[in-house]
Amino acid sequence: MEWDWNFAIKTLPVLGEGVLVTIQATVLGSVLALALGLVFALMRRSQNKLVSRPTSFFLEFIRGTPLLVQLYFLFFILPDVGILLSPLVAGVIGLGLHYATYTAEVYRAGIDNIPRGQWEASKAVNLTAPQTWQHIILPQAIPPMIPALANYIIAMFKETPLLSAITVLELMNQARSISNFHYRYLEPMTLVGVFFLLISIPSVYFLRRLERKYSPHYK
Amino acid sequence: MQHWFGYLQLIFEGALLTAQLTVLGCALALFMAIIAGLARMSKVKAISIAATCYIEFFRGTSIFVQLFWAYFVLPLVGIPVSPFLAGVLALGLNVGAYGAEVVRGAVQSIDKGQSEAALALNLTPYQRMRHVILPQAFVIMLPTFGNNAIELLKGTAVVSLISLADMTFQSQVVRAQTGSTAIPFLTILILYFMMAMVISRGIRALERHLSDGLDVTK
Repeated sequence: MEWDWNFAIKTLPVLGEGVLVTIQATVLGSVLALALGLVFALMRRSQNKLVSRPTSFFLEFIRGTPLLVQLYFLFFILPDVGILLSPLVAGVIGLGLHYATYTAEVYRAGIDNIPRGQWEASKAVNLTAPQTWQHIILPQAIPPMIPALANYIIAMFKETPLLSAITVLELMNQARSISNFHYRYLEPMTLVGVFFLLISIPSVYFLRRLERKYSPHYK
Repeated sequence: MQHWFGYLQLIFEGALLTAQLTVLGCALALFMAIIAGLARMSKVKAISIAATCYIEFFRGTSIFVQLFWAYFVLPLVGIPVSPFLAGVLALGLNVGAYGAEVVRGAVQSIDKGQSEAALALNLTPYQRMRHVILPQAFVIMLPTFGNNAIELLKGTAVVSLISLADMTFQSQVVRAQTGSTAIPFLTILILYFMMAMVISRGIRALERHLSDGLDVTK
């Protein structure tokens, strides 16, 4: 089968609509993953065993099971209990929840890496707990986390095609519908691959720059 | 109650396929990881560039995109692939690309003195790699390889979308036939989790076994 440039160009506007949904899902999913991950991390650090143990199990369970099945779970089960979500919202919740379990690990490591002396010194100069977090712990803990968090956001971006399985009309689903309609798979499928490479290869270099800027190993 | 037994059997058949895909995918991934990881460090420019292209290409897109490409496009250009083969190839090549970076990192972390000592003992480059560097580096790679294997296990769910009857596919069949959503999905979530536990426990045991007599792990 020969590559047909005319057909490839004809598919671009439709694929473009898919790209918009893909970007939407990635942005919303990242916001959710970054916020929820912090909540999970704090719950896991909790002194109360009744909070930290179940959280830890929940995180491990989500990390050990496929995102696709979790998406099905959200998409097919929530309507049964009376919660009607649009496919995109279900997808964003699925992506956000799945990657929150990864970002939680980043937050936890970042916070645990702050030397004990910093906490003790804060106490010694009589800072309150919010002051300690705001002025001492977070300013030191956040920069080393940035490359790792960015890494997971890029990973999430690459996983967005899974949303097509729950009927979200993102890039992959648009490509499939064009392919099925014209019975030509070569161009749309290849263009999807090219699109992801076009974004993720430059992002590797962007990540490396982030690492050089923030990671303690490079200093 | 009787009919649930039949459905459970369906899911177990799917679990078997999931396990097969995971094992074969991991074997291919391990092979690719070692080849590409070592090739990337080669002094011959052409080899290291080829390895870099492989790694960046497969890390740049997801298993899903690669699987669909392999399944729909390869037959069109005259390479017939069964869904199962497409699945193993996409999983193995994708995870192998991640593993290659792990291999490179681990090999580079081995103390230079080891290489120099092997050189002083007149070992050939192959012997140096095979008997001195890799046995030490492998222990460092293992924990990350374990995580990669779990990622591969999770990736197998995607093959259900190209009509392979794995665990996820069978749970959809059960859902369609019974109208029950919670039971089939919860069952396979638990099964996936148990498989992931088996992998992580197995890797930890292997790690303890292999690090005997080595001082690379603290």
